[in-house]
Amino acid sequence: MMTWLRQNARETIAALALVILFAGYIAIHPRGFSTYVVTIWSNQGTLLGLAAIAQFFVVLVKGIDLSVGSIIALTNVMGSFLLNGSPTSIALGMAVVLTVGVACGLVNGIAVVYGGVQPIVTTLATGGIFGGIALLLRPTPGGSIDETMSDALTYAVAGIPVSAVILVIVLVILLVLLRRTAVGLGLYAIGSSEQSAYMTGLRVNRLKLVAYGSSGFVAALAGTYVSMVTLTGDPNIAPSYTLNSIAAVVLGGVALSGGVGSPLGAVIGALILKTISSLMFFSGLPPLAQPFFEGLILATAIALGALGVFQVRSRLELYR
Amino acid sequence: MADRYVELKSVSKSYGGVPALTAVDFRCEPGRVHAILGENGAGKSTLMKLLAGVIQPDAGTISIGGQTVRFSSPREAAEQGTVCMFQELSLMPHLSVGDNIVLAAPRTRMGMIERSVYREAREALDLVGAKSIPLGARVSGLSLSERQLVEIAKAVFRKPKLLILDEATSALTSELVETVFGVLRMLKEQGVAILFISHRMHEVDAIADRISVFRNGRHIETFDVGARTTDEIVGLMIGRSLEELFPPRRAPVPDTAPVVLNVSNVSWASQLVDVSLAARAGEIVGLGGLDAQGQQQIMHAVFGVLRGVTGRITLNGKRLNGLKPPRVKQSDIGLALVPEDRKTEGLIPSMSVAQNMRLAVLGRAPFGLLDLDGSSEARLQELIERLALTYGSLDDPIATLSGGNQQKVVLAKWLVLSPKCLLLMDPTRGIDLPTKAQIYRLLTDLAAEGMAVILQSTDYEELIHLCDRVYVFYRGSVAKELTGDHLTADALIAASMNVHLHAGAQA
Repeated sequence: MMTWLRQNARETIAALALVILFAGYIAIHPRGFSTYVVTIWSNQGTLLGLAAIAQFFVVLVKGIDLSVGSIIALTNVMGSFLLNGSPTSIALGMAVVLTVGVACGLVNGIAVVYGGVQPIVTTLATGGIFGGIALLLRPTPGGSIDETMSDALTYAVAGIPVSAVILVIVLVILLVLLRRTAVGLGLYAIGSSEQSAYMTGLRVNRLKLVAYGSSGFVAALAGTYVSMVTLTGDPNIAPSYTLNSIAAVVLGGVALSGGVGSPLGAVIGALILKTISSLMFFSGLPPLAQPFFEGLILATAIALGALGVFQVRSRLELYR
Repeated sequence: MADRYVELKSVSKSYGGVPALTAVDFRCEPGRVHAILGENGAGKSTLMKLLAGVIQPDAGTISIGGQTVRFSSPREAAEQGTVCMFQELSLMPHLSVGDNIVLAAPRTRMGMIERSVYREAREALDLVGAKSIPLGARVSGLSLSERQLVEIAKAVFRKPKLLILDEATSALTSELVETVFGVLRMLKEQGVAILFISHRMHEVDAIADRISVFRNGRHIETFDVGARTTDEIVGLMIGRSLEELFPPRRAPVPDTAPVVLNVSNVSWASQLVDVSLAARAGEIVGLGGLDAQGQQQIMHAVFGVLRGVTGRITLNGKRLNGLKPPRVKQSDIGLALVPEDRKTEGLIPSMSVAQNMRLAVLGRAPFGLLDLDGSSEARLQELIERLALTYGSLDDPIATLSGGNQQKVVLAKWLVLSPKCLLLMDPTRGIDLPTKAQIYRLLTDLAAEGMAVILQSTDYEELIHLCDRVYVFYRGSVAKELTGDHLTADALIAASMNVHLHAGAQA
């Protein structure tokens, strides 16, 4: 147990920070610890949590994805057209939405792997394209989404938010796939050292495509869930999801240099971010001062994670 | 064709017009350990990369078990049973030891990796003498020798038909080397063909059946172990006698010469333990030992790269502790360091030859202004002639120069500062012989002009023929100081392994 904590120190620290922030949030919330409060918090957290997992897959293989928010926006908008009507048409619509997400991820992956374009540049461009399509499809927010399905997925059952159950199921599946399959370990391997992975005989290109495709898939899940929570398709949500997903993975101990971190960490990071902004909302601070304090808390959390720099004994390491 | 497992026919390979292998015919048999000897840059690693599928030949054919093959990736080579253990370790640092081994050849059921594979990984580790390394340990936390053992276990785990070991045992102690050799003999019994690259003659004598010597990208000769003496083999490797390569011995530096660099009781992290050494004006002092025994770190410590160094470091009486590289290169101190890795630490590959040469002198000018009176430009021109730098235009990218000329640029960039003490980290690694000879002559001349030269090297001949004194490092401390008649290959090897001469004198 202790060794596990030491090996996952970043996740552990992030989890502690989350517990403290959550306790603070509950303490100042006028309605306190209630199913209603926790469900709202969980729904919001799940949205960003899924976005962070999508970002995690790309960061794991040494990339960065500036199109995550756009894929979420695009799939959310598509959902607002497709996720209604008979159960069959909803299921079909769901399949289309998820396929579009995977396709978007694969476009990124192909450009990075076979085009040799840097991930940040690739996804800046494709992010514009995906977001642009969303805008063309639905210039202003709107559309209709099956309300029965929305209710079933966004309320609580026996005091437990459905969103939390969904998030936990997604996490458990991903953790098992990442840690127990050759493909999952392979993703960590190429993020850790692409050259070593190639020398070991791993299919580096194919694995990278898997990472980008998975990212697109989870982004589509996030987009679908946005549809469920908001009941509209909104093409303008992209930038906030992109930036927050990057902040979330960093907070959750996922190394931007690749090969380190877990979807669990990414989700914890997302929940921290969400909790900080909710905390601000109920803090009684003047709204104009809130971004300042939000930034201050974020900076403190990131500084805690960066303490490792002071343990570096060879200055050469700082410049690698 | 069971007696010719691997066969190369007139294989050639060149990089950007520079030939690395020229018309090589070579073969090796199953159940034999075949040693490949040659200097750095002789073409050994190119040969290994060809066999392992990392690169493809420009001309000629490679056949395995009688069938012509052309591997486009290490994966394809591995599927045919060729497993290569490279000098640059092929481990994924953030993954656990078990995952690293298992990933090389995962066996899955319903997509999941079978747990029994981890048991086999454990057995492979135990076999190579790495019983104390837990499967769950992260590779990034292991020492270099532990990593080498994991690397060997990983290779054994893949059950190769052709096993290539490139300096696979360079960081291992003699006991561990013996354990690993036991494994190699076992594999040999099972009919595995083994290619063994090592610079340690006594290891080659201990394990190899046949020896092939390479020089300048050509296969010079193949013979059975014992057919030739060590001197003959060295002669084949360098293509001339040692006397031609190295400048004549200099007269010993008198004890009255002033001490320039003085390092006393220096420790750092767990990698340097109470190191003391000194260099006088006009001396070439060697730092030897196996890979990563602290000789690199002491250079970094002196140059101000490391944090938290204890002990005392002085240069001409000035205390250096706590000073960083931008400070120690100033003319009142006068320290210069030629780093180990030319490509990443010595040069900026995207910049031109001229820009690279001016980099060090830039930081010395006030406010980073360019050299106003042109004196350093004149000195650079003088150095280009002195070093006999071969180049097209000074505005060409540095990457267009050969390795030897690149290293001359690194030397020039520091020598233009007229340092009082020059630290060199393996300056002739991967450099052709004529350039080596030029660099040796340059170092000798610099010493004669009164510079204190510290030469860290992995090449024993260099240490023996060039240095006045050699400090041999072992596990972070100076195991032995060798001078004069005591400075011999046997003594160096014995001291590197921290054994007494009578025990390690097979070489």
